[in-house]
Amino acid sequence: MRKQNKRLAFVLIGLTGVSIATWLVLTAFRHNLVFFYSPTQVLEGKAPHHGIFRLGGLVKKGSIKKNGLKTTFTVTDLRHSLVVHYTGILPDLFRQGQGVVVQGQMAGSSVFMARQVLAKHGANYMPPDVEAELKHSMAMKAKAQS
Amino acid sequence: MGEFGGFAGVSRLIKFIHKYGAPKRFYRLAGRLVPWFAGVTALLFVVGLYLGLYWAPPDYQQGDAYRIMFVHVPNAWMSMMAYVIMASFAATGYIWNVRLADIMAKATAPLGASFTLTALVTGSLWGKPMWGTWWVWDARLTSELILFFLYVGYMALQASIDDPRRAAHASAILAIVGVVNIPIIHYSVYWWHTLHQPASLTLTSQPKIYITMLIPLIIMSLAFMFFYFTMLLVRVRSEILVREQRTDWVRKLVRSKR
Repeated sequence: MRKQNKRLAFVLIGLTGVSIATWLVLTAFRHNLVFFYSPTQVLEGKAPHHGIFRLGGLVKKGSIKKNGLKTTFTVTDLRHSLVVHYTGILPDLFRQGQGVVVQGQMAGSSVFMARQVLAKHGANYMPPDVEAELKHSMAMKAKAQS
Repeated sequence: MGEFGGFAGVSRLIKFIHKYGAPKRFYRLAGRLVPWFAGVTALLFVVGLYLGLYWAPPDYQQGDAYRIMFVHVPNAWMSMMAYVIMASFAATGYIWNVRLADIMAKATAPLGASFTLTALVTGSLWGKPMWGTWWVWDARLTSELILFFLYVGYMALQASIDDPRRAAHASAILAIVGVVNIPIIHYSVYWWHTLHQPASLTLTSQPKIYITMLIPLIIMSLAFMFFYFTMLLVRVRSEILVREQRTDWVRKLVRSKR
């Protein structure tokens, strides 16, 4: 085998080996790499029982209650939901129906005390009038169906 | 055994590169190309920034704050693209002993590092008002930070070895190994729960960005791409001069410029 082919083989085999090793490591640590747990996972006991973790999901529509800096809302993954209490300033994108990640710990079986609230945003970008039109046409469709 | 059948084409290509990729020839060719690339870069930036900052409508969720996307997204794309280019050149230089490929890889590293840093900083500035935090250790942000360290490590390794050929070989291995990080960055938002949202643009589905916002984004991405090629040519030219400083053609060139 020529030297060049040897080096080519070395690079290809090396890269394959490193890829497999990385894949194994990532698979092994998959649960540690999770940034947040969903309400379902929390209720199934997959989140840390005593201690701080992050809870993620959607802010349930109509669930936000504000009293000064104190906010109470419900985080849902559309299967299960948890009530969250938070005291502090909320990010701009904190809205009902939007994704949210809250850090804190459980207080009781279905109440979460949050220390930090982070807003997730979707991958969609569009002007406000297009969004209004989209909502309008969806409402019309729903009307036509009912 | 002589050559694998399938490699005959590759080896012919390599011979071609050896002939026309001679540093002296490439120095002149790059010199002629630089003004054109720089002109296209400037034009794309002017058009892209105008469209992005004035022409594009505000976003239904983020208002005008989303406009940082026109800098953040192209830099994030280029940070990954530059790495793949760097690793490919490094591998070509390592396997087939192409000097010009070594130079290209070395010249790409600081450019890629600056794209990565810009992506991280603009992302942080965007994250504070929208997410409510400058930084979180989620998979996307962390893997992009690792990309930055890979670039820095590559540059440090290059700088620590005096002999250019040995420096190229050692750092090529690092560059090639680091390639595994690229798919991790890309798929991090699908494999794990992350604060960072999934991609708005994919090859397989409809873009999730409205057309009047998508056009400036594409123009800005082309602008940063052409910026990269312009700077690459400039950096490769100066690296060639340094490496060939003892040759006749460089001495003649320097004398004629005095």
